[in-house]
Order: sequence, then C-alpha cells, then structure tokens
Amino acid sequence: MADTPQVRLPERDRPWLMRTYAGHSDAQSSNELYRRNLAKGQTGLSVAFDLPTQTGYDPDDELARGEVGKVGVSVAHLGDMRTLMAGIPLDQMNTSMTINATAAWLLALYTVAAEEQGVAAESLQGTTQNDILKEYLSRGTYAFPPGPSMRLIADTIAYTVEHVPRWNPINICSYHLQEAGATPVQEIAYALCNAIAVLDAVRERVGEERMGSVFGRISFFVNAGVRFVEEHAKLRAMALLWDELGRLRYGVRDERQRRFRYGVQVNSLGLTEAQPENNVYRIALEALAVTLGRDARARALQLPAWNEALGLPRPWDQQWSLRLQQILAYETDLLEYPDIFEGSHVMDGLVAQLAQGAREEMARVAELGGAVQAVDYMKSALVESHRERWRRIESGELTVVGMNRFQTSEPSPLTADADGGIMIVDPEVEERRILELAQWRRQRDQPAVDEALARLAQAARDESESIMPATIQAARAGVTTGEWARTLREVFGSYRAPTGVGDAAGVPSEGVAALREEVERVSEELGRRLKLLIGKPGLDGHSNGAEQIAVRARDAGMDVVYEGIRLTPRQIASSAAQEGVHVVGLSILSGSHSKLIPSVLEELAQAGVGDVPVVVGGIIPEADAEALRAAGVAAVYTPKDWDLNAMIRDIVRLAGRGANLHEGADATATA
Amino acid sequence: MKDPRTDGRRLGERLRARDLTAAPAALNLVESRADTARSETEALLATVSPAALGGEAPARIVGVTGPPGVGKSTLLSGLLAAWRRRGESVALLAVDPSSRRSGGSLLGDRARIDRDPSDASVFIRSTAAGDRLGGLAPATRAAVAALSAAFDVVVIETVGVGQSETEVAEVADTVAVVIQPGSGDVLQFLKAGIMEVPDVLVVNKADLGAVADRAMADLRAALRSLGARNTSVIAVSSVPPPRGIDALVEALDQHHASLALPARRADARRMHALADFAAEHGDAGMRALGGRRAAERWLAEQDGLRDAATLRRELERRAGRAARAPGGPGEP
Repeated sequence: MADTPQVRLPERDRPWLMRTYAGHSDAQSSNELYRRNLAKGQTGLSVAFDLPTQTGYDPDDELARGEVGKVGVSVAHLGDMRTLMAGIPLDQMNTSMTINATAAWLLALYTVAAEEQGVAAESLQGTTQNDILKEYLSRGTYAFPPGPSMRLIADTIAYTVEHVPRWNPINICSYHLQEAGATPVQEIAYALCNAIAVLDAVRERVGEERMGSVFGRISFFVNAGVRFVEEHAKLRAMALLWDELGRLRYGVRDERQRRFRYGVQVNSLGLTEAQPENNVYRIALEALAVTLGRDARARALQLPAWNEALGLPRPWDQQWSLRLQQILAYETDLLEYPDIFEGSHVMDGLVAQLAQGAREEMARVAELGGAVQAVDYMKSALVESHRERWRRIESGELTVVGMNRFQTSEPSPLTADADGGIMIVDPEVEERRILELAQWRRQRDQPAVDEALARLAQAARDESESIMPATIQAARAGVTTGEWARTLREVFGSYRAPTGVGDAAGVPSEGVAALREEVERVSEELGRRLKLLIGKPGLDGHSNGAEQIAVRARDAGMDVVYEGIRLTPRQIASSAAQEGVHVVGLSILSGSHSKLIPSVLEELAQAGVGDVPVVVGGIIPEADAEALRAAGVAAVYTPKDWDLNAMIRDIVRLAGRGANLHEGADATATA
Repeated sequence: MKDPRTDGRRLGERLRARDLTAAPAALNLVESRADTARSETEALLATVSPAALGGEAPARIVGVTGPPGVGKSTLLSGLLAAWRRRGESVALLAVDPSSRRSGGSLLGDRARIDRDPSDASVFIRSTAAGDRLGGLAPATRAAVAALSAAFDVVVIETVGVGQSETEVAEVADTVAVVIQPGSGDVLQFLKAGIMEVPDVLVVNKADLGAVADRAMADLRAALRSLGARNTSVIAVSSVPPPRGIDALVEALDQHHASLALPARRADARRMHALADFAAEHGDAGMRALGGRRAAERWLAEQDGLRDAATLRRELERRAGRAARAPGGPGEP
C-alpha cells in the first residue's frame, strides 16, 4: 500500500498558542487576571491596553478622561509594567501586546521589566502589534503622522532582529480591515500592501543581507468571519501570496523564512446583541476557519466572548471562550491529520480566485504609490464595502440570525443576572491612577528624566538614528507614557487620518428616498438644510458605525459635519455651536459613555446650544442608557438597532420638533 | 418681542461692537431661506453696511481656493496659528461641494484644521456649495458681509480650479490659489486664460524638492509671460519643520495694503446684489434688466457705499419685479 497517502500524522500536532485578549483597570488587577487565566490552561498572554496607553496620553491628560482602565490596562511607566508582569516567568511566557503607535515604548518597558526579572532580551518571546496603517484605516489609535510612524516601526523591527531575536516585532493586521467592512479580497490585498510598505521601510535601515531574517519575523494578525470555508481559503491565499512576495520582491531563499505565520482573533463584527447566546456558535465556526487545514493553521488564537456586543466581557465569559479552544485542540481529532484540504478542487479554486482578486487590488494600490500613499483610497474603499454589507443586512439579502431574521426569542437567562451579564470597571480607577501617577512623578529622579527626554527628542529629529536606545533609556529613567509620546509629537507633528466618508457613493434605495422627502420638509420648516453633527468623544477610534451614519444622513439629504475621531467634549460643543447644527449624534464604543456624554451635554449648555437634541450610539448597557436619557439624551442606540434608516428618521423627527419650538415659533410671533 | 437669536438688527449691532459670540446666530440667520429670515438678514446687512459703520468693514477678506487634496486645510491651520499669534480674530467659511443627487453633503473640513476649541477668537463654519459645482454657497456673500464687521480676518475656503476662484474674487479682497507641485492643469488654465490670475499663488508641499522647484520656476515664467508682475509666488511646506507660512502671511498683507479697498468692496457688494437677484429671479429677471452686462454697468454707476440688500431691491424695482412678499414688520 505504498501509494496510500499518509492519513494520520505520525505524531499529533502541538496545539496553537491559546490566549485571551485581557486587561483592565490597573496593572495590579490585570496581573491577577493573567495569573488566573494561565492557571486555567491558557498558554500565552494577550495584553489589552487602555486607550490612553495606546494613544500616548497619561491618565491625567484631558483626552484620557473617562477612558482610563476601560478597554484595557493602564500602563503609564516602568512601575506599572513591573506590576503587570510580576510573578510571570517572562523567559517562558509568550506575550502578545496589542500596541501600535506606542509600540516602541511598551516594548522598551517590557524588555526593561524582563531584565529586572533577570531575563535576557534574547530569550523574550511574543509580539507587539505595531501596525500603524490599519490604525489610520480602521482602529484609530494612531499618534503620529505616517512618515514618522513608519520610521518607528522600522526602528523596532531593526532593533528586535538584532537584540530580541525571538520577538515578532510587528503583526500586520488584516483583522481590523474586516471589522471595518473589508471583503476577503480587500483584507488580503491591503494587509499585504501594508506589509510591503513596512518591509520596504525596513530594507532601508538593515540592508539587503538581513532581509531574510526580517521577512521571517513578520507575522500577521487576521480575522475570521462566519463564512468559514471561504475564510479558510483566504488564509491559504495569503500564505500563497506571502511566499510569492518573499521570493520575488525580497529574494528570500530560505523557505522557512517565507512561511506565513499568523495569529487570530475571530470576528467581532458579526457578533450580535440580539440573542447573544448565538454568538457562541459563531465563534466556534470561526475558530474552525483558522484551524481546519494544517497548511494554513493559526499559530496563536484568541477568541472573543459571547457578550462583546453588550459590553466588556467578565472573566467567566472569557473562560468560556478559552474552553472552546481547549475542546477543539484536546478533545477533537483535528490535530491528528495532515492538511485535510490537500487536493480539494473547491478549496484550490477558491484560493486561486481570492489570490487573483487580491493581486489586482494590490496592483491598484501600487499604482497609487503604495500603502502609505493609498490610505485615502483604501479607507474610502472600506467605508464603501461596509456600506454595502449594511445595505445587504437591511434588505435581508444577508441573514443574521436573531437580528434581521428569526427575531422571536425567549428571554435570555444569560443576561438576566444583576450585572446584566457584563463586566463593570470600577469607576474609581481613574482617580486612583491619577494619584498614583503624581506619586510616581514625585519619587523619580527628575534630572535623569529630563535628560532622557532631551535625548529622545534628539533621536527623533535625527532620522538616521534608531529611536530604541533613547526609548529604553527613557523607560529606565521613569519617563511616563504621555511624556514619551508628547516628546515625539513635538518633533513629528500631529495627524488626523482621513474619514473616508467624503467619497462614499450614495445608496439608491426606497427607504432613503422617503427619508429624503422628510428631510426636505423639515429643512423647509427650519429655513435651512437640516444640519447634523456626528462626533466621537474620547479616545475610541472605532469609527465604522459613525461613518455609516454620516454617509446615510448625507444620502438622506442632510448637511453632515463629521470631524472624525478623538474629540474632547469641548471641541464637539464648540463645533455644534459654530456650525449651527440642529441635532448632535455621538458615538462611543469604549465604554466611557457614562463620563463623556454628560460632559458633552454640559459643554453644549456652556456653548449656548444646550437645547440642541443629542442622540448617542455605542455599546451601552441598558442601565447606563437609562441614566443617559435621564441626563437629557434624546435617544440611545446599541448594536441591536441595526436599521440605519430608522435612526435617521428619529433624527429628522427630533430636528423637526426643534423647528416647531424655536424657528417656527419665531415665525408665528413675527408674522 | 423678537427672539434675539433671529433679530437681524440686534445681531448686526453685536457684530458691529465686535461681539464674536454673535457669529453663529448671524450665520444661522443669513443661511435661512425662510421669509421672516430674509427681512431680518436685510436688517442685519444694513446694520453692518459701510454707511452704518462709517466706512468699510475692518476685516481683511481672504479667499483660499485650489483643487481637492492640495493641502488647503493644513495650510489654513498654519495661517490660523500665525494670525492668532498676532492677536487677530479669524472667521473661516469653508465651502464644501455637496452631493447633487441627495442635496446633502459631508462637511469634513473643519476636522483637518488645528485649533484650540476654547479659543473664542476663532470661528469656523462649514457650508455646502448647494446645487452648483464649486464656487460659493448661496449665503457666503452675506456671511462675509456680516462677519467682516466683527473679525480681523475673514477667510473663504473653496474647492476647485477655474470657476471657483472667479467667484471668490468677487467677494474677497485678496485671493490665494493653492496648488501642489506637479499639477500641470493650473499652469495650463492660467496660460489659457480659463483661470484669472490670483493675487497670491501658493505652491504647497514644497518639501517635494526638485519637483517643487520646477513648479515654482514654471509658474513664475507663466506669470511673466502673462504680464502679471504683482502676483507673489510663495512656497509652503507643512511637513515639520513647517516653512513658508510667514512669507505667505506677509504676501497677503502686502497685497491687502496695496489695494484700493473701497473700490474692491463696492464691487463685491454690487456682485453680491446681482448674484442674489439672479438667484431669485433667474434668467427672466436678468433679461428684464437688459442682460447681465447692462446690469453690471448700471450697478457700477451706483453709490459704492450702499449695501447689497439695498442694491438688490433697486435692481428689482428696475426690473419691475416685486421682491418676495415682505415677511416681517422690519419691511418698509
């Protein structure tokens, strides 16, 4: 039987690294969480940082208000990193850090904390996400303009290849592209274009002869949606194209260095707030997409929790997702076989189609001058795809069980707990962090800090120098996250990414035509065109929802002022007043709504436009929604409100009510 | 009693007293097409007219225009900062193109302009250009007339090349056209006379090196051959370290100082009256005036200090057309 293919592997495969994206509040409580997770059989760490840490602000910064410790742990200095990793053997740990704009800084803190544990940089394993282009395109936690950001990435890669050789210095993320609406072809193409931009930048810093080892250290962070067959094909197509890129563009001869290595967080975009228990099935199927075929299997996997569309998951929710991984790896026979799709016509055909589509899209980006130059183009394309996806959900072409079909449901016992089935971050954390930070600043050696920051500024100004040595010196001296980033902002300048909404095409649909008539009618009553401000207060960069509302409102005939992400309540209020808008729409997904929304209301009143109705959208638990309405918010929308037209209709109605109250009343008085 | 937020005369008085907080309500009013708003707008314009002010409004009115993606917003951020350093208050009217199909628009420009939201001396207002491609929004001229009584600098930002700077030139004291190196169309438009020669030409993204140098040389040569000796060509770069902004501020100042301001403003008011008349009465109205040329000739003979609303009413009398039904007690 020599011709029979090997059906089983001689030895069962080792499972992938199992992680849970976790972290909240402060280093102390996150450290406890990590240790508990490891005790449950998790094999790697995935650190979630809060938004101030991700965007380079200290907890006491105005922009950090309401965000400290919310979507992750607040790490403001070396002391925090020490506490975060206390009692965790860093020579054995594999740590993934979702950190981008400030990746160089967190990497420095990590290596110094490891050194204090007696662990040499050479033995550290893990990854920094460090992918800035997708921050411009989707996630929004950028801090510096594209040029200097690419340089920071190149610096960290050049540094780790030399000094932290087992570290993956960058994870090229296609994950967030899918969250922003990317089709599989767009996801593959833009991720690879992004990789090309990074590799080209590094080539200038390390020279041709090291490109093999650089290429071999680039890993990816991908997404997997519920269409799991096509999603698996997508990963095979990426592996194919990555290999091609290594051979042809960078002349990498060692096959192992050309291997496509990736970690996964499966899809959050498709998780529903309605009947949230169904998300467990979705997550399981998505996990299959990245594990089924051995030739394109994930190296590391982290699964979202069933209740992410409701709020922050609790440790128990995350444990439930970890158990899914463990069942897949240890109970099923998945790891006993060679690649089960080898020789499949369907799979090969799918892969060929996706690869071809991606090659064409990559050529388009190349024509525009590469990924950095093509950010505007890619952003518009993503907004457009997302709009199309939403249109299909609204029209029923795309079924989302429990949301636009099969909505009849028994009440869910899972969300009936006193806490509503979500995690609530201690509201005192922010105050405590601010006090601790002040104490840290008082205790450190200030001249050493000043000197380190001066050296950092100098390194930033001199493009031929690497940012890493000065960054490590700053970490040791006790510099804070905000100080590090501010120093670089002063040299590099600040930046606002394109919103992508300007070029989005209009949707011809019946619902919108009816809305347009309503908008015309109310505009006539108001005397001028209905004007809407869409604002994203705070540091949350997830702008997909806000963008879709902005585009739809425009399509319905409104004048829409949309300023993009990261605005202070005062900026929003000032814009609302100056622009003379009739309604203000706010979007927050970071859980900081309870602090930021009242603050916007206050600023609006201060700016003399307290009577302008405010609507809010986001991941907002019902108890919080209640409080917001009591504080004067006209309407609160959550992920279960998927009908954009209904939302727009509400906005028109609110504006119309304003017309009767004010401008209309004046007309009667003066006629 | 009138609502102070829609009382034209009251708002005009506040602007005249340089109360910048009156700006939002004044803009709400001039943008409104409601009948009552129309008479209130006229009252506002009369309150800030040269006759009422005892001379031309104090602001320097600057038009900034250029093709999309040329970096106007970044440039404006630089200008804004420079003017603020001199302690001058600035109003910026950003005119965005709108979607022709839905009538709606996405006004994203203010996002790209760096400013301190607590700074009460900066006012930014975005408007949609309405049904027309490029050019001004229907209320821009009235907005400029209102704001220039209160602010030190009023900027009108428009998008486009060809049509837009012609319209801006009718309103602004000084027009700056912004281009970037390598965009040959502006050069061609200039040479072909499609585009009027601006007062200041700004070559943005001057950090592009040789391309930028060549663009500057080409422009200077083209301007020489057109005999336009007074147009300054300024290179600006907003990539750190930014440069050229101070030179641009100076060029704008110089042009303004060299102006015969009363004549230019009088022309602006005449064009404002004619534009409003045309918007209201269309081609038929224009024919009743004996055509656009004849109307312009007639306007040129009128007292240059009269405000646009008064001039428009006279045009309407001349054309034998009644203005729309008077809306409020402010109407005579």
